Amino acid sequence: MSSTQSPEQATDHGHDNHPTPRQYVNIALVLAVLTALEVSTYFFEFGAIAIPLLVVLMVVKFLYVAGWFMHLKFDSPVYTRLMYTGLAFALVLYALMATITLLDHAPTI
Amino acid sequence: MATDVASTNLGIDHRKLGMWTFLGSEFLFFGGFVSAFLLYLDTTAGGPGVEIFDIPFTSISSFVLLMSSLTMVLAHHAHTKGDMRRMRLWILATAGQGAVFLGGQVFEFNVFFREGLELSTSPFATSFYVVTGFHGLHVFVGILLLGSLYVLSLTGKIKPNQDVKTEMIGLYWHFVDIIWVVIFTVVYLIPEIAVLD
Repeated sequence: MSSTQSPEQATDHGHDNHPTPRQYVNIALVLAVLTALEVSTYFFEFGAIAIPLLVVLMVVKFLYVAGWFMHLKFDSPVYTRLMYTGLAFALVLYALMATITLLDHAPTI
Repeated sequence: MATDVASTNLGIDHRKLGMWTFLGSEFLFFGGFVSAFLLYLDTTAGGPGVEIFDIPFTSISSFVLLMSSLTMVLAHHAHTKGDMRRMRLWILATAGQGAVFLGGQVFEFNVFFREGLELSTSPFATSFYVVTGFHGLHVFVGILLLGSLYVLSLTGKIKPNQDVKTEMIGLYWHFVDIIWVVIFTVVYLIPEIAVLD
């Protein structure tokens, strides 16, 4: 079976299911509000929930940008798996670093 | 020379597959630097630590970079519709916002240098400049890519039916944005709040 085609035919991203400009603007507004909430943790006292809240906001913003602006919501799941593979490696690396730190073997100066 | 491209066995565009493979590896690249920063967070060697950060200033540049993702995706959308004039307008807006972010970073680094946070001041300083500096380098490369896209489109070398080229550069740009979402929280906000507490 021939597997060659023109660059224009070789797209797997049917643009019909992509968001409209209005939807993109709405996503950007959501991101702006989430960023404002993030920054507010610096100016206002959130107590013990500040750091968990920041982590949740970071993950939500990450997923919004990846899903909508990078079209992972609409494209082949292969791309999503590639992204999560890199992310998983990064998190494993961080977990190893955190473990070293917890064991108090971290390099110090 | 043949201009045809081969799709992969998965039935997806190999150029996008290549870009996503690259971006996947980039997550690990930055993951290593962020991990190193967290590991060296307290090793300031008597020099400045996270209290030196100017959160309001960095928040504004973070916001600018976040909004550049909107203009980037609008550029891609315009290209898919064959509206090259609007596409170029959004590309310029994206590059402009990237330049503002980069200018902010240069300003921030200058302030930090003046306040004694130099590259070799401490492991904290080194890991901070490496993670944020490499991110800045990625933004700079992104601006060059956007500039190339603008010029090639203006000279007719990129045609209305070649929107995948804009999409590829867009993927890179959004990646740069998404990494900053992580850096802003993990490198700036969380350590700063932990110090304030």
